[in-house]
Amino acid sequence: MAKYLAKRIFYLILTLFIVITLTFFLMKLLPGTPLTNQAKLSKSQIALIYEQYGLNKPVWQQYLLYLAGAVRGNFGTSFQFSDQPVSYLLSSRIGPSLQIGLQAMILGVIVGIVVGAFGAMRQNSWVDTTATVVSILGISIPSFVLAVLLQYYLGLKLGWFPIAEWGGFIYTVLPTLALGATPLAESARFVRTEMVDVLSSDYIELAKAKGLSRTGVIYHHALRNSLIPLITIVGPLAVNIMTGSMVVENIFSIPGIGEQFVKSVLTNDYPTIMGLTIIYSFMLCVVLLFTDILYGIVDPRIRITGKAN
Amino acid sequence: MENDKNILEVRNLQVNFKTYAGDVKAIRNVSFDLRKGETLAIVGESGSGKSVTTRTIMGLNARNADITSGSILYKDQDLLKKSDKEMEQFRGQDIAEIFQDPMTSLDPTMKIGKQIAEPLMVHKGMKKEKALAQALEMMKLVGITDAENRINDYPHQFSGGMRQRIVIAIALINYPEILIADEPTTALDVTIQAQILNLMKELQDKISTSIIFITHDLGVVAGMADRVAVMYAGKIVEYGTVDEIFYNPKHPYTWGLLSSMPTLDSSGDELPSIPGTPPDLLDPPTGDAFAARNAYALKIDTEQEPPFFKVSDTHYAATWLLHPDAPKVTPPAQIVARQKKYAEMQQALVAKQRPSVPVEEEEEQQ
Repeated sequence: MAKYLAKRIFYLILTLFIVITLTFFLMKLLPGTPLTNQAKLSKSQIALIYEQYGLNKPVWQQYLLYLAGAVRGNFGTSFQFSDQPVSYLLSSRIGPSLQIGLQAMILGVIVGIVVGAFGAMRQNSWVDTTATVVSILGISIPSFVLAVLLQYYLGLKLGWFPIAEWGGFIYTVLPTLALGATPLAESARFVRTEMVDVLSSDYIELAKAKGLSRTGVIYHHALRNSLIPLITIVGPLAVNIMTGSMVVENIFSIPGIGEQFVKSVLTNDYPTIMGLTIIYSFMLCVVLLFTDILYGIVDPRIRITGKAN
Repeated sequence: MENDKNILEVRNLQVNFKTYAGDVKAIRNVSFDLRKGETLAIVGESGSGKSVTTRTIMGLNARNADITSGSILYKDQDLLKKSDKEMEQFRGQDIAEIFQDPMTSLDPTMKIGKQIAEPLMVHKGMKKEKALAQALEMMKLVGITDAENRINDYPHQFSGGMRQRIVIAIALINYPEILIADEPTTALDVTIQAQILNLMKELQDKISTSIIFITHDLGVVAGMADRVAVMYAGKIVEYGTVDEIFYNPKHPYTWGLLSSMPTLDSSGDELPSIPGTPPDLLDPPTGDAFAARNAYALKIDTEQEPPFFKVSDTHYAATWLLHPDAPKVTPPAQIVARQKKYAEMQQALVAKQRPSVPVEEEEEQQ
């Protein structure tokens, strides 16, 4: 296991390196400059600012300098926010994003499993049809549309939840629902399909022949086997939540990194763009590592630490 | 045929499957008994209704199955009148089943010890540790080597033969009265087949269970069964003791089955086969369902269904050829040879017991 983890961490660093490199050069291709009022500045003023931030050097030199800094944990200083270090800027903002993202993921996947399982157990009944319709809606409605709808109806009309503020748990409910819809729908669809398959398999027949009750068969045999393929989509779902959060955080005025990402791209805030890209890639890598380990726990056939027989 | 020795009595069973095309008459008026401690083989080709019969006994038919008539008596209780919930009590406790494919019939994500112990926990309310201890004993009984170390292994760590032993262990852990074996060796290598069959026979003696053995392999039947029922197109067409079916078959379908089985002394280079395919059970033909494929078919075969004619106290066959008015036909050469052998066997047997009485081999109507 330790050897496996070491290998995976090495790959993680390699991935991050590639992501940094690609993003750095792509970012430099962005039109515009980090300067807000470029038209009002003289050439010498611009040159001065560029020198101060090291933007006058050739791109490859800037890249090497950035890498050298990143290795030592120095991710530069934000252009946009009065000289705040990127690491500080992001660490103070990642909390809300993580909270909403994880909440959306957990809510979506757990409710999705329940909905999918019920759909499969009562195949072609009204339960199943409802579950399918919910899945289709959840997949096809973009999270930002849902966010606005929730905000308008549950927030403004009914007044159950605050509209666009950040404070305690109650403020996370609507964004969580908006972001959780897709994971819910996707996992419901996945679990349903898989469970229909599993329920017609021979070992379920054998479980019934043992005299297990309907719920016993589902709980002891069908569920676990139906969940295996669900793990595969946890990675893509995490990506979905990350990209969704960029817009949803804006809609609900959540001081998170998603909102920050959009701003930094719009203002050519190079160090912040880089910092955020690294964070997003890192989180995705961790999710993928986590799902690979989870695979082994759920499915003994692909367990990483097989003891010798 | 009320009999104390019968553990299971199936009477006039009819099962239809509702499909979009109409009702498929999968089981058409099937009756048979299972005696205590015996092995009854049900043979027939694919689609003849063997498996549907056993699934009906287990109460595990597909949802579109419709049991239109009949009764299945087990210990004075009609299993067909039981609710789904009540049937759970019988399954895995009184009636257990061994499935065809050991590669797919074990849960891939559960340790085999727990899989074997599960029926104990379900039916006897046993604690896990105690159930696992019994599971271990059962693993040893079915011949899983190094059982102590393997009880926590998963199915994928076992070979096909070993997995079938595990499936057998699961079926037998509660010492069921009836064991249904649905082609238990079909998916196994020939070398492993014999091992599994021997194991089943051995355990049948130890546990004194009755076995319904479903197969299309007559070679397997000869060594395993006490009695044989031959099924065709959802009906039993002939039943008798294993000797009677093998050496004195009366139904042309049984002749066809036996002739198409290679034996050590089969002569010629060509193995005979039964021409044609089984009838469509959406719309079964009138008369004898086998008539269209039957070289010995009479005119009445296409008009009226043959009743069972008695051959001996234990041997019945549903073919008009046994009617007193039917023309005498000569079965295929292979069958004649078998019958000759049987007559000799009988004579030898009778000669041994009571030399004076001649062999009764007359056919009479039921």
